[in-house]
This record gives sequence, C-alpha cells and structure tokens, in this order.
Amino acid sequence: MNTIAQPNMALREPIHPNTLHDPVWVKGSLIAIAIGFILLFLCLPLGLVLFQAFSKGLTAYWTALTQADTVSAIQLTLITALVTVPLNTVFGVAAAWAITRFEFLGKSVLTTLIDLPFSVSPIISGLVFVLLFGAQGWFGEWLSDQGVKIIFAIPGIMLATLFVTFPFVARQLIPLMQEMGSEEEEAALSLGASGWKTFWLVTLPNIKWGLLYGVLLCNARAMGEFGAVSVVSGHIRGLTNTLPLHVEVSYNDYDVVGAFAGASILAGLAIVTLVLKTALEWKQHRT
Amino acid sequence: MSQSNIMPGFRPTLGFTVLYLSLVVLIPLSTLVFKSLQLTWDDYVAIIAHKRVLASFRVSFSTALIAAAIASFFGFIVAWVLVRYAFFGKRFLHALIDLPFALPTAVAGIVLATIFQPSGFLGKLLLDTFGVQIAFKPLGIVVALIFISIPFVVRTVEPVLLEFDASMEEAASSLGATRLQVFTKIIFPNIFPALLTGFALAFARGVGEYGSVIFIAGNLPYISEVIPLLIVTKLEQYDMEGATAIALTMLIISFLLLLLINLLQLWVRKRSGQL
Amino acid sequence: MSISLSNISKKFGQFSALEHINLDIPEGELVALLGPSGCGKTTLLRIIAGLEKADAGRISLSGEDKTEQHVSHRGIGFVFQHYALFRHMTVFENVAFGLRVKNHKTRPSEAIIRQKVHALLELVQLDWLHDRFPDQLSGGQRQRIALARALAVEPSVLLLDEPFGALDASVRKDLRQWLRNLHHNLNVTSIFVTHDQEEAMEVASQVVVLNHGRIEQQGAPSDIYDHPANAFVSNFIGQTNIFDLDGEGNAWLQTAGLSMAQVQGKIAHVRPHDIVIEKTKVDSDTWVTLKDWQHLGALIRVELVNNGTTGQSAPVYAEMSNDQFRRLQLHKGDKVNLRIRHAHWFH
Repeated sequence: MNTIAQPNMALREPIHPNTLHDPVWVKGSLIAIAIGFILLFLCLPLGLVLFQAFSKGLTAYWTALTQADTVSAIQLTLITALVTVPLNTVFGVAAAWAITRFEFLGKSVLTTLIDLPFSVSPIISGLVFVLLFGAQGWFGEWLSDQGVKIIFAIPGIMLATLFVTFPFVARQLIPLMQEMGSEEEEAALSLGASGWKTFWLVTLPNIKWGLLYGVLLCNARAMGEFGAVSVVSGHIRGLTNTLPLHVEVSYNDYDVVGAFAGASILAGLAIVTLVLKTALEWKQHRT
Repeated sequence: MSQSNIMPGFRPTLGFTVLYLSLVVLIPLSTLVFKSLQLTWDDYVAIIAHKRVLASFRVSFSTALIAAAIASFFGFIVAWVLVRYAFFGKRFLHALIDLPFALPTAVAGIVLATIFQPSGFLGKLLLDTFGVQIAFKPLGIVVALIFISIPFVVRTVEPVLLEFDASMEEAASSLGATRLQVFTKIIFPNIFPALLTGFALAFARGVGEYGSVIFIAGNLPYISEVIPLLIVTKLEQYDMEGATAIALTMLIISFLLLLLINLLQLWVRKRSGQL
Repeated sequence: MSISLSNISKKFGQFSALEHINLDIPEGELVALLGPSGCGKTTLLRIIAGLEKADAGRISLSGEDKTEQHVSHRGIGFVFQHYALFRHMTVFENVAFGLRVKNHKTRPSEAIIRQKVHALLELVQLDWLHDRFPDQLSGGQRQRIALARALAVEPSVLLLDEPFGALDASVRKDLRQWLRNLHHNLNVTSIFVTHDQEEAMEVASQVVVLNHGRIEQQGAPSDIYDHPANAFVSNFIGQTNIFDLDGEGNAWLQTAGLSMAQVQGKIAHVRPHDIVIEKTKVDSDTWVTLKDWQHLGALIRVELVNNGTTGQSAPVYAEMSNDQFRRLQLHKGDKVNLRIRHAHWFH
C-alpha cells in the first residue's frame, strides 16, 4: 500500500535534445509552481516547528525538554523502537529469503498479506489489540486474573508498533533479492559453503544497503507512530506516553513550547532519516 | 525467478514468516471480524446507518478524494519538474518530498493546525484577505491530507517519467505533432496509470489518516469528524460494538478500494498492451 | 527531394561530433551514412531531421532552406533505432498518429485516414496486426510498423537510424532486401545510418563514409570499394591486407609480385582476392607457409605466414574460389608462392 521511494531511484540529470525543450515560460512557471507548493506544504511546517519550539527562548525550550514527563516519553519511544525494529528486521530477512529463494503454493498470497498493515488505518491497528487484550477483550479477563496488563501499558504499545511497522524491511528486501537472483548463492553453496556462511558472506553484503534503508524507514515509523499507539496507550503521563503522544497531550494542554519542543526532536529525527535515506539512495545507485 | 532445490533454509524461514505474520497481523486483524460476527445484522445496520456515522463517512471520503485530486495535480507538476528540468536546489527539494513519510503525523498535525488556525501565520492571511477559514473546518482536513498525499503521488509518477522513452516524443514531433499534442497524446497517456495509482494510494491513506487530521479538523460531529476519530470516540465511551462495526466497514471499504485500484491498473495495462 | 548540407558543425561540450560537413544528395537516392560508432553519423541524421540543432551550417531540402524549421514542420519521416512506437496505442493508431495530429484544415477525414493506414499496413504486409499493441510484436514487425508510421505523413525524405541494428541476423537479411525493394517502389529520397559496411554496400545506392565527424568519401558502393579515397576507407570497407613498405623485412613482397617499380606510396592495401597463390617450386627462395584456411561458403580464405625471412609476422589473407582451392590441392603447412595482382597505395 505504501510506496516509499525505491532506493535505486536517485536523481538523473535530464538528457533531452533541443527539440524537446519546453518554452522558457512554461518551464519557468512549472518550476515556480513546484517550488511554491513544496515551500508552502513542506518547508513552512518544518520551519515552524523550530520557530514555535524556541518562541519563548532557549531556557524555556530546555526546561520543556528536561521535564520528567518528556524524558520518560523519550525513553519509552527509544525502548519501543529498540524492541520492535530488530524483531521486524529479522522477520523481513526471513520472509524475503523464503519468498525470493523458493517456489511454493500461496506465495503471492503471502506477499500480499505482508503488505496488509499498510492498508489498515492506524486506528484500526490499535483497535484490534484492544479487542484482543483490553478489559472487554477476548483475553482481557484471563490477563487481569494473571495480573498482566497489556492494554494501557507498554506491551500494548510494543504490539501496536510492531503491527504498523511490520512490512517495512520485508518490502524493501523482496524486490531487491528478487532482482539479485540466487546465482551467487548457488555458486557459494557449490563451493562448499554452509547455508549460514552463504547468507553472511554472500547474501548480506549484497543486500546491506537495502536492508539499512528498510531498517531506517521502519525505525522512523516506530518512533513516530501516533494513531495506533494512542488507542492502546491510555495516555498515562510519565508511564505510557511515547514522544508523539506527549506532544499531543502538551498541545491539548496549551503548552505550546512543551509540545513543539517534543515535536522538534521528532522533526530532527525526520530530518536525520531523510538525510540518511538520501545518502543510502546515492550509495545504492553507485554500487 | 529463482527456483532452486539446493538452497537451504526453506522450512525455518517460511515457518517463521508464517508464524510471525499470524501472531502480529492475522490473528489481531481477524478478531475484528469475529467480534463483528457477534453482532446481529440489525444491530450492525443500526450502528452504521446512524446519522453521525454516515456523516463521518461522507467527511472522510470526500475530503480524502479532494485532497488526493489536488495532490495529484501538484504532485504531477513537482515530479515533472524534478525529472525534466535542472535548477538550483533541486536535490534539496527531491530529498524533502519524503518529509510527510518521515515526519510523525502528530507533529504534522500540530504544525498545520498552528499555521492555519485563524490566528496563525497563513490562517490569518487567508481569513483577512479572502474570508476563508481553513482550520477547524472540513477544509482543514483537506489541507492535512494534501500534506500526507504528496509523496505518494510524486514517488509513483517520478520513476515512470524517468523511464519514459524520449524517442517517442521525438517520433511524435517528427510526425508533425505540436508540443501540446505530444504532451496530451503521448506523454500523459503513458504517465496516467502511474498518476492513477498515486492518486489511489493517497486516497486510501487519506481515508484512514488520524494523527495529522485531528488537530486541524475541529472534530465537530456531522461536520468535520472523520471515521478514525469516531472509532476512537466510541472506544473511549467503551462502545466496543460500535467501534468494531465501524472499523470493519472501513476496512472492507478500503479493501474494496484496493481491489478496484488493482483492477483499474490491470485494465489500463491491458488496454495499452503491456500485459 | 534533394538534400543539401553545407558546412554543418556540431559540438557536444568539448567533443566535436561533426566538422564542416558538406553533402549533396540527389533526389531518389538511397544513401547509407556509414562509419564506426562515435563517428557522428547518427548526429548528422538527427540534424537533417531537425531533432538536433547544428552549431553552424545550413540544411536545405529541394533548395529550400530548412535550417531553422522545427522537426514537426520539416516533412521528414524518421524511423528510430528502437522504433519509438507509442506503446499505449495500437498498431493502427500508431500509423494514424501523424495524420490525426494535423490541424483542422489539413487533416483528412477519418474514412480517408482509415483507408490510408490500411494501405500502408498492407504495404508493409502487416495489416493483420492492426489492432495489436507494440509490445505484442516481434522486432522485425515493429521495424516495419515504424516505417509505415513514418511514411503515413508522405515525407519528402525518409531517415532511418540503424534500421536493422536491433534485429536478429536472419531477420536483418530479409529486411535489407525488403527495404531496397520498398525504396525502389516509393522512390523517396532516403538516408539510413549504419556501422555495418556489408549492409551499406548491399542496400544503398550511395554510400557516405564518416569518421571522426568528417566525410571520408562519398560514392556508389562499387566506387568506394574499388577506389577507396584513403587508408581509412580502404580498411573500413571490406577486408584488406596492409603492407608497410617502410617496415623491415618486406623485401619478400617484391618477389611475391608486388613490383617495386609500381610503388606509389608507403603503404599498400591489398584485397584478399587480389592475391594469387601458386604452389611453390622446390628451389624457390621466397616461400610462404599456408598456416590455416577457412570455408566461407563460395570462397575459401587462406591464412599465410611468411617464415622464410625475418620480420613480417602478421598473417596475410588471400581468398579464392572453392574450385581453385581444390585444383591447387593445398594442405596446411604447404609452401606457396604468392602474386599480388593489384594494390591501393596510401601515404
């Protein structure tokens, strides 16, 4: 469902003969429209985050960031990403291996199912876990008897994040490994390498940039997910608020500096993601 | 396609893939279906046919449709400019296109609300000069969804435009076509399937969008309340049946949309002999 | 329509693709622009078409200056190397395109367009494919559709960029003959670009040899083969043995029949069929050894090495008919005498 730019899609310079050049006025106005649109819809919001975050000065910004609730939100966001991203990475590699290296019945169904979470509204992604583990859910009673809390607690946040970031790595790797083919691996196996050795020495070096790309996008979503997490978290300050939730709560409390201080960290994360992404695209394009 | 008997690891990787997929995605999603099955048909109809629910469907679908259309128009221009023209700052703009993918939706939501609220930077300008209020109106939802939609359109159109065989343009030109005819008869028909895909992806995403919308929408029932928000509201009122029924309906509609998109693409490709 | 180019030059950055090209092509000719890759032949074709703008020089068609005219008004038909068929249109729509984009006043009615397109499709013998899409055609079929599309606008000049380049060897042979016949029937002035000298010689009525952005020679195929203007042309067209008379150890050539009295330069180019082989008499002191031979169909190519004297290690190639080869009863390792009947001399 989600089309994230393929890493091999780097910029090429236009090579067109004279006859295909559009008239200067056409070219000029189209460039102006495109730049204007991007400035208005993309640059302005990004700039405003910083402007608002520092609107009451550096000290207010710093106070907002070092506030206990903010710190715990940042911690929870980091822990969530630290748990979910590796899990989905392992899954992505396994799924890509099974799908691209073997023929089996139901392969196309499996490929479609992997993409499923992209076409589900984040709210529904959270809702299904409430239906499973919530107070009125299927396992709700049994869980509360055991004294285990999933919904309105950290495990719920992890599960919802796992769900929404599920396809990222697999989706990146499947076309890549498809295109790569298995000849090199077959060569390694024929030379006596074991399955693991073949994977570590032949497959992994070939897919490493694509893998990193998938991990990067997976991580960005894991840290930034809002809708799904907000359904399962319960918004308990200092306990179950991730950074995006903390931003929402602060904003709704009219704590502009607090909200935008949190937002500035997330925006910084987005910028770092974009920079790394561009670098990876460039790297992949060259190799 | 690689088919090989000597490749190791078929059972463990496929086994893990299926197990993990079931645990994380399939079982949770299926609860939605099973939970709904506990409802009688009349209960279900009563929930869905409620005025407020219908209104939220109307709001969600119409705003997503308008936003996807606007984003398609501008997204096409942006993709065109990025592929065809050389200008200062192009690489920067190119990298920036994916911002809506990378920026958490909550951040996008509060920023857009701040810009377009009546006292905001652009909100004030638009209100004073044109008397148009954007935030806390359905128009605000459209604005937020345009933001979300941009990369979908640009990133689907761009590769097709990049791979477009320029000698087709030359051929048309040599046969006497004007530049406008070349665009409308050669370039656009070839880019159209991709544009349609981008539009559909943006639309499908827009219908389910929550984070970037709720801050700017105003969330007035019957006017600017989107479906995802209504589900959350039902949940907060512990109305599990209501939330489930609406969620399932929305899920089915999005799947039907997906199916429709795939069929449409198949049709377009068949019609142009690419299959 | 005749084509006249005067003083055409074109640079790509620092690279000079064409330098001061002057070329006159009379009406009705089928001309091959022949040269190695990178010699500027495609650029020249694109400049004639108006797809590329020359830095300097003028182009006129039938004496009318067309230098500044846009490609869409030049009235040329261009067949692209990879055909550039419109992939979203059927074969019929592709061929009809040039007629349908005409403005109201000059556009023929749909009925006439249909009639004309079908006539063209019959001309290229592909009318049965009219409702297919380009992706469903074979290479040879695409090529013919591309030609039909270019002909639909009744061009005064037909330009073809490597028309057989992307085709299989067998299809290529058929299409060459077919193109020649088609040109004979239509009699429209045509230029095609190729790097294959055999193709140029077989199809064209006039060959223009290009190298490094300059015209080396222009003329009928037989002229070019029999009277190459310079060493490049001689070497590029057909096979040739090159003897550098300044080199050491070429004295044996004299006894081999290359009379030094006829020397008209430093370098002699000798076609393989201009070398006659005789079995050597035992006491001859200048013999050459037959190293190997290849069967080329009607001809036998003989590879000879001179190991009687020092130097001259490059093999000499001679060609003779099957009959002659059998009559001489030659075997590998035989010692032979050679006689050179004719040589081209260059400096």
